[in-house]
Amino acid sequence: MLIDFFLHLKSKKLPVSTREFLTLLEALKERVASNSIDDFYFLARTCLVKDETHYDKFDQAFGEYFKGVQQVPGLDADIPEEWLKMMMKKHLTPEEKAKLEKLGWDKLMEEFKKRLEEQKERHAGGSKWIGTGGSSPFGHGGYHPEGIRIGGKSAGNRTAIKVWENREYRNLDDTVELGTRNIKIALRRLRRFAREGAEDELDLDGTITGTARNAGWLDIKMRPERHNKVKVLLFLDIGGSMDDHIKVCEELFSAAKSEFKHLEYFYFHNCIYDYVWKDNRRRHGERFPLWDVMHKYGEDYKVVVVGDATMSPYEILQPGGSVEYSNEEAGATWLQRMLDTWPRAVWLNPEPERLWDYRHSIELIRTIFNSRMYPLTLAGLETAMRQLNK
Amino acid sequence: MRFEGTDSYVATPDLMLAVNAAITLQRPLLIKGEPGTGKTMLAEEVAGALGVPLLQWHIKSTTKAQQGLYEYDAVSRLRDSQLGDEKVKDISNYIVKGVLWQAFEQGKPSVILIDEVDKADIEFPNDLLRELDRMEFHVYETRETVRAAVRPIVIITSNNEKELPDAFLRRCFFHYIKFPDKETMGRIVDVHFPKLKQNLLREAMEVFFELREVPGMKKKPSTSELLDWLKLLVAEDIPPEALRSKDRKTVVPPLAGALLKNEQDVHLFERLVFMARQNR
Ligand SMILES: Nc1ncnc2c1ncn2[C@@H]1O[C@H](COP(=O)(O)OP(=O)(O)O)[C@@H](O)[C@H]1O
Ligand SMILES: [Mg+2]
Repeated sequence: MLIDFFLHLKSKKLPVSTREFLTLLEALKERVASNSIDDFYFLARTCLVKDETHYDKFDQAFGEYFKGVQQVPGLDADIPEEWLKMMMKKHLTPEEKAKLEKLGWDKLMEEFKKRLEEQKERHAGGSKWIGTGGSSPFGHGGYHPEGIRIGGKSAGNRTAIKVWENREYRNLDDTVELGTRNIKIALRRLRRFAREGAEDELDLDGTITGTARNAGWLDIKMRPERHNKVKVLLFLDIGGSMDDHIKVCEELFSAAKSEFKHLEYFYFHNCIYDYVWKDNRRRHGERFPLWDVMHKYGEDYKVVVVGDATMSPYEILQPGGSVEYSNEEAGATWLQRMLDTWPRAVWLNPEPERLWDYRHSIELIRTIFNSRMYPLTLAGLETAMRQLNK
Repeated sequence: MRFEGTDSYVATPDLMLAVNAAITLQRPLLIKGEPGTGKTMLAEEVAGALGVPLLQWHIKSTTKAQQGLYEYDAVSRLRDSQLGDEKVKDISNYIVKGVLWQAFEQGKPSVILIDEVDKADIEFPNDLLRELDRMEFHVYETRETVRAAVRPIVIITSNNEKELPDAFLRRCFFHYIKFPDKETMGRIVDVHFPKLKQNLLREAMEVFFELREVPGMKKKPSTSELLDWLKLLVAEDIPPEALRSKDRKTVVPPLAGALLKNEQDVHLFERLVFMARQNR
C-alpha cells in the first residue's frame, strides 16, 4: 500500500525518487515516527519532498490519498485489540499519560473500547479499513489511517491534518514541471547565458600554491571567473490575451530559476504601470510600486519582460488607458522609466513574429524598447540573452 | 539519541521529527527558511541537547568543499623552506584539518553545522556528496585515509539564494521552517522573556505581524528583530497602550528602528504612514 502512495505522489507530478522512498521505508522500520497519521505525514514529507515549493502539491496529494484510503487494497485485515492497547501504551509520553490521567483514564479506556467495537462492526459490514499487525508496511503493528490520536492535540501543537488541509504552503508553489524538450534546450541556453561573460581571472591562491609547490618558481594560474553572477528580473504578463501563452512563460520561468545568482519575478497585466505584483491571487492586496522595484533592483539586474504586447494602443499611450484602473501616467511613460533604469532590458513576445507588423501596440512597445523585442523561440531567446550580456 | 526540543529553543513537532530522522538514519538534514527562523540556532541546540560537540562551518561565496576536509598550507611551507626550518621536510606539518576531519576524528557522536550552504558555488554540495555519504576521504599529500568511526550528525542550512543539486537533495532529509505563526511566536518570545507582560506581548505582536504584511519591504522584520524590539520596549518601559492605537497605521510605533533595519524600508514605511494619515 505504501507503494501505491508513492505512485500516487508520482502521478501528481511530485519529483520523488525511489531512493527517497526507500529512505521513508527505512525510517518507518527504524520507528523514527509514531504510528499516528500526523507523524506519518511529517515523516513522509521530510523524506520525500526537498523543496518547499512542492509542499502544497504534497499536501493536496496526501489529503487526497488518505481520504480515499478505505478503498486501497492491502488495508483489509482486522486490527487486533491487543495491538491497539499496546500502541496506546507505547506511544504515550509520561506527560501525555499524566494529562490523560487528569481526564480520567477509565473514561478514556471506555471510549477506546467503543471505537474498537465500531471498527469490528465496520469490519463485519465488509468495509475493511484498518491496517494489520505485523505485515503492514507501516511497520510492525500496522496503522490506522484516520489515526486514533490519543495523545492528540498536545499543548499548543497544531495537528498535521490542519497543515495539509489548510494548504499553508500554497503560496510557495511557483514551479511548473518542465515537460517539453524545447524548454530543456532553452534551459541549456540560459545556462550558457549565465556563464557567458565569465572571463578568466588570475587565480591568486592557485598561483601561490603552484609557486610554492614549485619550490618558489613562479607558476601563474588562471581560472574562469565565478560564473553564477547573473541577476535576473522577470516581468510576466498575466491574464487576458496572454492566457494562451502563460504556460510557455511559466515553463520558461521555472527553467530559468536555478540558473542565476538571483532571480526575481513580478506580474503585470498587458502593460506595466505604477505597480506590479508577485502573487496573482493577491494582486489587489499586495502591490509593489514600480518605483520601489526600480530602486531595489539596481542596474546590475538583467531585465526580461515577457508579454504579447497585444492591447489597445490607448493602454500604452494614454493616462487612464489601463483596462483595470485609472493610471495617472501613461504606460509608455512607465516603460520609458524602466528603460532608464535598465537600458538593456529585453522584451520576449510569445506571439508569432509574423503577426507583429499587424498589431499597432506591438509596434509601439517595440519602438519604446528600441527594437529589443524577440520572439519566444529558441533563436529569439538566444538573441535576447546575447543582447542582455552586451 | 533523540531530540525533544530544549528550554531555550521552540521546535515544532515536524521539525523535531525531521531532526530525529536525521539522527536515527544518520543522514544529513537540510534546513531552509527565511533568515531569523532559527536555522543556525537549531544545530547549536541539537548539539547542546544531545551533549555532543558542535563543529561549525560557515560557508562564504569563496568556500570550497576541500576546505572542509583539509588544506595544504603551501605558503607556510615555502616560507619555512626559505628560513631553512627543519619542519619543512615533513609535509604533514602543513596539512590543516577542516571541519569534517575534526568531526571524523572525534571517535564519538558530534554535530556538524554547514551553515548557509547556498552561499557557495553551485557545485559545492556535489563536491561533498561522497564525503558525506561515506564519511571518509583520502589525503593525497600524506597518503592516509580519514574515516569517521562514529558518523556525525550533519545539519545544513540554506537561505534559498540558490537551488541545490538534485543528487544532493535526494540524500538529505529536508525541512522548511515556516515563519512562526502567532502562537509559535508567542512561545518563542516566552522562551526569551518569560516574565513579559501579556498585554505588551499582544500589542507588540500585532504591530510586528502587521509590519511584516507591508508590501515591498526589502527585509521583513524577523524573529530576532522582534526580540530586539521587545528588549528595548521593556528597557524603556514603554506601556502597552503606546502600541495600541485606533489608528495604528497612522503612527510609527515606538523604537521602530529595531524592527526596520533597512533605510529604504524605513522610508517606505514612513511614506505609507504619511499617506494613511492624509487619507484619514
Ligand atoms: N524557534 C526558536 N526558539 C527560540 N529562539 C528562536 C527561535 N527561532 C529564532 N529564534 C531567535 O532568533 C535568533 C535568530 O536565529 P538564527 O538561528 O540566527 O536564524 P537563521 O539561522 O535562521 O537566520 C536566535 O538567536 C534566537 O534568539
Ligand atoms: Mg543563520
